Amino acid sequence: MPAPDFASLAVGDIVAEQSFPLTRDSLVRYAGASGDFNPIHYRDDVAHAVGLPGVLAHGMLTMGFAVQPVVDWAGDPGRVVDYQVRFTRPVVVDPAIGAVVSVIAKVGQLDEAETVARIDLTVKVGEETVLGKAQVRVALG
Amino acid sequence: MPVNPELQGRVLPPTEPYLVGREKVREFARAVFATNPINLDPEAARAAGYDDVVAPPTFPIVVQELTLAQLLAEPDAGIDFSRVVHGDQRFSYSRPVVAGDLLTATLTVSSVKTLGAHSIVVAESVIVDADGAHVVTALSQLVVRGED
Repeated sequence: MPAPDFASLAVGDIVAEQSFPLTRDSLVRYAGASGDFNPIHYRDDVAHAVGLPGVLAHGMLTMGFAVQPVVDWAGDPGRVVDYQVRFTRPVVVDPAIGAVVSVIAKVGQLDEAETVARIDLTVKVGEETVLGKAQVRVALG
Repeated sequence: MPVNPELQGRVLPPTEPYLVGREKVREFARAVFATNPINLDPEAARAAGYDDVVAPPTFPIVVQELTLAQLLAEPDAGIDFSRVVHGDQRFSYSRPVVAGDLLTATLTVSSVKTLGAHSIVVAESVIVDADGAHVVTALSQLVVRGED
Protein backbone atom coordinates (compact mmCIF):
# COMPACT_ATOMS: atom_id res chain seq x y z
CA MET A 1 0.00 0.00 0.00
CA PRO A 2 1.44 3.41 -0.95
CA ALA A 3 2.48 5.74 1.85
CA PRO A 4 0.50 8.95 2.44
CA ASP A 5 1.95 11.86 0.51
CA PHE A 6 4.39 13.60 2.86
CA ALA A 7 4.29 16.86 0.90
CA SER A 8 0.53 17.18 1.37
CA LEU A 9 0.71 17.02 5.19
CA ALA A 10 0.52 20.04 7.46
CA VAL A 11 1.12 20.30 11.19
CA GLY A 12 -2.23 20.05 12.95
CA ASP A 13 -3.89 17.80 10.33
CA ILE A 14 -5.96 15.00 11.85
CA VAL A 15 -4.89 11.85 10.01
CA ALA A 16 -6.95 9.27 11.90
CA GLU A 17 -9.62 8.99 14.56
CA GLN A 18 -11.02 5.86 16.16
CA SER A 19 -12.78 4.64 19.30
CA PHE A 20 -11.99 1.33 20.94
CA PRO A 21 -14.65 -0.29 23.13
CA LEU A 22 -12.91 -2.47 25.73
CA THR A 23 -14.52 -5.26 27.72
CA ARG A 24 -13.09 -7.70 30.23
CA ASP A 25 -12.81 -10.12 27.30
CA SER A 26 -10.38 -7.69 25.63
CA LEU A 27 -8.18 -7.79 28.73
CA VAL A 28 -8.18 -11.58 28.95
CA ARG A 29 -7.32 -11.79 25.26
CA TYR A 30 -4.42 -9.36 25.67
CA ALA A 31 -3.20 -11.18 28.80
CA GLY A 32 -2.98 -14.40 26.81
CA ALA A 33 -1.37 -12.80 23.77
CA SER A 34 1.20 -10.80 25.72
CA GLY A 35 1.88 -13.16 28.62
CA ASP A 36 1.10 -10.44 31.18
CA PHE A 37 -1.12 -12.30 33.64
CA ASN A 38 -1.07 -9.74 36.46
CA PRO A 39 -4.47 -10.40 38.14
CA ILE A 40 -5.23 -6.66 38.50
CA HIS A 41 -6.21 -6.93 34.84
CA TYR A 42 -8.97 -9.51 35.35
CA ARG A 43 -9.83 -9.93 39.07
CA ASP A 44 -11.87 -7.32 40.91
CA ASP A 45 -10.98 -8.74 44.33
CA VAL A 46 -7.24 -8.47 43.66
CA ALA A 47 -7.59 -4.99 42.14
CA HIS A 48 -9.52 -3.76 45.18
CA ALA A 49 -7.12 -5.44 47.62
CA VAL A 50 -4.21 -3.39 46.22
CA GLY A 51 -6.20 -0.16 46.39
CA LEU A 52 -7.24 0.20 42.76
CA PRO A 53 -10.68 1.51 41.77
CA GLY A 54 -11.27 -1.67 39.75
CA VAL A 55 -9.80 -3.92 37.09
CA LEU A 56 -7.48 -1.94 34.80
CA ALA A 57 -6.57 -2.38 31.16
CA HIS A 58 -2.89 -3.22 30.66
CA GLY A 59 -1.05 0.00 29.84
CA MET A 60 0.64 -1.90 27.03
CA LEU A 61 -2.77 -2.87 25.63
CA THR A 62 -3.76 0.80 25.43
CA MET A 63 -0.38 1.65 23.89
CA GLY A 64 -0.85 -1.28 21.50
CA PHE A 65 -4.20 -0.28 20.01
CA ALA A 66 -3.68 3.49 20.19
CA VAL A 67 -1.10 3.22 17.39
CA GLN A 68 -3.28 1.10 15.11
CA PRO A 69 -5.19 4.00 13.46
CA VAL A 70 -1.77 5.44 12.54
CA VAL A 71 -0.63 2.08 11.14
CA ASP A 72 -3.79 1.91 9.02
CA TRP A 73 -3.22 5.46 7.78
CA ALA A 74 0.48 4.77 7.05
CA GLY A 75 -0.50 1.61 5.18
CA ASP A 76 2.35 -0.52 6.54
CA PRO A 77 3.38 -1.18 10.17
CA GLY A 78 7.00 -1.10 8.96
CA ARG A 79 6.78 2.65 8.40
CA VAL A 80 6.62 3.24 12.17
CA VAL A 81 10.19 4.04 13.20
CA ASP A 82 9.62 5.17 16.79
CA TYR A 83 6.71 5.04 19.22
CA GLN A 84 6.57 6.32 22.76
CA VAL A 85 3.94 6.95 25.42
CA ARG A 86 3.67 7.98 29.05
CA PHE A 87 1.12 6.11 31.15
CA THR A 88 -0.62 9.01 32.87
CA ARG A 89 -3.92 7.50 34.04
CA PRO A 90 -5.18 3.92 34.25
CA VAL A 91 -8.17 2.76 32.19
CA VAL A 92 -10.74 1.19 34.51
CA VAL A 93 -12.77 -1.48 32.71
CA ASP A 94 -16.19 -1.96 34.27
CA PRO A 95 -17.31 -5.63 34.40
CA ALA A 96 -20.67 -4.83 32.80
CA ILE A 97 -20.19 -1.80 30.57
CA GLY A 98 -16.45 -1.93 29.91
CA ALA A 99 -14.74 1.28 28.81
CA VAL A 100 -14.38 3.24 25.60
CA VAL A 101 -10.99 4.69 24.67
CA SER A 102 -10.89 7.34 21.95
CA VAL A 103 -7.83 8.07 19.83
CA ILE A 104 -7.18 11.16 17.73
CA ALA A 105 -3.99 11.17 15.64
CA LYS A 106 -2.70 14.55 14.54
CA VAL A 107 0.44 15.68 12.71
CA GLY A 108 2.71 17.16 15.40
CA GLN A 109 5.88 17.83 13.46
CA LEU A 110 7.26 17.31 9.95
CA ASP A 111 10.91 16.50 9.36
CA GLU A 112 11.43 17.50 5.73
CA ALA A 113 15.01 16.23 5.51
CA GLU A 114 14.12 12.72 6.72
CA THR A 115 10.51 12.70 5.40
CA VAL A 116 9.40 11.59 8.82
CA ALA A 117 6.08 12.75 10.24
CA ARG A 118 5.64 12.88 13.99
CA ILE A 119 2.05 11.94 14.74
CA ASP A 120 0.78 12.96 18.17
CA LEU A 121 -1.96 10.87 19.74
CA THR A 122 -4.67 12.16 22.02
CA VAL A 123 -5.93 9.14 23.94
CA LYS A 124 -8.90 9.64 26.26
CA VAL A 125 -11.59 7.93 28.26
CA GLY A 126 -14.41 10.46 28.36
CA GLU A 127 -12.70 13.78 29.06
CA GLU A 128 -9.68 12.24 30.77
CA THR A 129 -6.36 11.76 29.00
CA VAL A 130 -4.92 8.31 29.69
CA LEU A 131 -1.68 8.46 27.67
CA GLY A 132 0.64 11.44 27.76
CA LYS A 133 3.34 12.38 25.27
CA ALA A 134 2.07 9.69 22.91
CA GLN A 135 4.11 10.18 19.75
CA VAL A 136 4.59 8.01 16.68
CA ARG A 137 7.31 8.75 14.16
CA VAL A 138 6.35 7.52 10.70
CA ALA A 139 8.81 7.33 7.80
CA LEU A 140 7.06 8.39 4.58
CA GLY A 141 10.06 8.71 2.28
CA MET B 1 14.15 -2.12 50.71
CA PRO B 2 15.03 0.68 48.27
CA VAL B 3 16.21 0.05 44.73
CA ASN B 4 19.95 -0.55 44.66
CA PRO B 5 21.57 2.55 43.05
CA GLU B 6 24.49 0.39 41.95
CA LEU B 7 22.19 -1.18 39.35
CA GLN B 8 22.86 1.84 37.14
CA GLY B 9 24.96 0.83 34.16
CA ARG B 10 24.54 -2.91 34.74
CA VAL B 11 24.26 -5.04 31.60
CA LEU B 12 22.42 -8.36 31.96
CA PRO B 13 23.28 -11.47 29.95
CA PRO B 14 21.43 -11.81 26.60
CA THR B 15 18.12 -13.69 26.83
CA GLU B 16 17.53 -17.12 25.30
CA PRO B 17 16.63 -16.61 21.62
CA TYR B 18 12.89 -16.02 21.08
CA LEU B 19 11.41 -17.47 17.89
CA VAL B 20 8.56 -15.27 16.63
CA GLY B 21 5.71 -17.54 15.50
CA ARG B 22 3.18 -16.61 12.83
CA GLU B 23 0.21 -17.58 14.99
CA LYS B 24 1.66 -15.64 17.94
CA VAL B 25 1.86 -12.54 15.75
CA ARG B 26 -1.74 -13.03 14.65
CA GLU B 27 -2.89 -13.62 18.23
CA PHE B 28 -1.11 -10.46 19.40
CA ALA B 29 -2.45 -8.48 16.42
CA ARG B 30 -6.04 -9.48 17.25
CA ALA B 31 -5.48 -8.56 20.92
CA VAL B 32 -4.45 -4.99 20.00
CA PHE B 33 -7.21 -4.59 17.39
CA ALA B 34 -4.75 -4.61 14.47
CA THR B 35 -6.67 -5.11 11.26
CA ASN B 36 -3.97 -4.42 8.67
CA PRO B 37 -3.67 -7.52 6.41
CA ILE B 38 0.14 -7.23 6.66
CA ASN B 39 -0.25 -8.23 10.33
CA LEU B 40 -2.48 -11.20 9.61
CA ASP B 41 -2.10 -12.57 6.08
CA PRO B 42 1.26 -13.96 4.88
CA GLU B 43 0.32 -13.26 1.25
CA ALA B 44 -0.41 -9.59 1.98
CA ALA B 45 2.84 -9.38 3.96
CA ARG B 46 4.83 -10.88 1.07
CA ALA B 47 3.16 -8.49 -1.36
CA ALA B 48 4.43 -5.65 0.86
CA GLY B 49 7.97 -7.04 0.74
CA TYR B 50 8.16 -9.02 3.99
CA ASP B 51 8.97 -12.71 4.45
CA ASP B 52 5.94 -13.34 6.65
CA VAL B 53 3.32 -11.57 8.77
CA VAL B 54 4.57 -8.40 10.45
CA ALA B 55 4.09 -7.92 14.18
CA PRO B 56 2.29 -4.81 15.48
CA PRO B 57 4.58 -2.02 16.78
CA THR B 58 4.23 -2.96 20.46
CA PHE B 59 4.91 -6.69 19.99
CA PRO B 60 8.56 -6.32 21.09
CA ILE B 61 7.25 -5.91 24.67
CA VAL B 62 6.87 -9.71 24.67
CA VAL B 63 10.63 -10.05 24.17
CA GLN B 64 11.51 -7.12 26.42
CA GLU B 65 9.44 -8.72 29.18
CA LEU B 66 11.99 -11.54 29.32
CA THR B 67 14.71 -9.02 30.13
CA LEU B 68 12.58 -7.21 32.72
CA ALA B 69 11.97 -10.57 34.44
CA GLN B 70 15.78 -11.00 34.58
CA LEU B 71 16.15 -7.55 36.11
CA LEU B 72 13.52 -8.18 38.79
CA ALA B 73 15.23 -11.48 39.61
CA GLU B 74 18.64 -9.86 40.21
CA PRO B 75 19.26 -10.83 43.84
CA ASP B 76 20.60 -7.40 44.83
CA ALA B 77 18.17 -5.26 42.77
CA GLY B 78 15.78 -4.44 45.59
CA ILE B 79 12.89 -4.03 43.16
CA ASP B 80 9.60 -5.13 44.76
CA PHE B 81 7.46 -6.15 41.77
CA SER B 82 4.21 -5.44 43.62
CA ARG B 83 5.29 -1.78 43.88
CA VAL B 84 6.29 -1.33 40.27
CA VAL B 85 4.26 1.00 38.05
CA HIS B 86 4.99 1.31 34.34
CA GLY B 87 5.84 4.99 33.86
CA ASP B 88 6.55 5.19 30.17
CA GLN B 89 7.54 3.07 27.23
CA ARG B 90 9.32 3.66 23.97
CA PHE B 91 10.29 1.57 20.96
CA SER B 92 12.85 2.67 18.37
CA TYR B 93 12.86 0.41 15.34
CA SER B 94 15.41 -0.38 12.66
CA ARG B 95 12.79 -2.64 11.10
CA PRO B 96 9.55 -4.28 12.24
CA VAL B 97 9.48 -7.74 13.83
CA VAL B 98 8.42 -10.42 11.34
CA ALA B 99 7.28 -14.02 11.97
CA GLY B 100 10.31 -16.28 11.72
CA ASP B 101 12.64 -13.84 13.48
CA LEU B 102 14.89 -15.31 16.13
CA LEU B 103 15.31 -12.45 18.60
CA THR B 104 17.75 -11.95 21.43
CA ALA B 105 17.47 -9.11 23.92
CA THR B 106 20.08 -7.54 26.16
CA LEU B 107 19.05 -5.23 28.97
CA THR B 108 21.10 -2.32 30.26
CA VAL B 109 19.99 -0.35 33.30
CA SER B 110 20.33 3.17 31.87
CA SER B 111 19.59 4.98 35.07
CA VAL B 112 18.36 4.67 38.64
CA LYS B 113 17.03 7.84 40.22
CA THR B 114 15.29 8.69 43.45
CA LEU B 115 12.31 11.02 43.49
CA GLY B 116 11.05 11.46 47.03
CA ALA B 117 10.04 8.03 48.30
CA HIS B 118 10.01 6.60 44.79
CA SER B 119 12.74 5.18 42.61
CA ILE B 120 12.75 5.50 38.85
CA VAL B 121 14.54 2.79 36.93
CA VAL B 122 15.09 3.10 33.18
CA ALA B 123 15.71 -0.21 31.45
CA GLU B 124 16.90 -0.28 27.85
CA SER B 125 16.54 -3.62 26.04
CA VAL B 126 18.32 -3.90 22.71
CA ILE B 127 16.74 -6.58 20.52
CA VAL B 128 18.73 -8.11 17.66
CA ASP B 129 17.98 -10.83 15.09
CA ALA B 130 19.79 -14.11 14.40
CA ASP B 131 22.46 -12.24 12.41
CA GLY B 132 23.04 -9.84 15.29
CA ALA B 133 21.45 -6.97 13.35
CA HIS B 134 19.51 -4.40 15.36
CA VAL B 135 15.73 -4.74 15.15
CA VAL B 136 14.36 -2.57 17.94
CA THR B 137 15.36 -0.94 21.19
CA ALA B 138 12.70 -1.03 23.89
CA LEU B 139 12.96 1.52 26.68
CA SER B 140 10.89 1.15 29.85
CA GLN B 141 10.66 3.57 32.69
CA LEU B 142 9.64 1.73 35.86
CA VAL B 143 8.48 3.67 38.88
CA VAL B 144 9.03 1.76 42.10
CA ARG B 145 6.77 3.21 44.76
CA GLY B 146 8.32 3.72 48.19
CA GLU B 147 6.79 2.54 51.46
CA ASP B 148 3.48 4.29 52.18
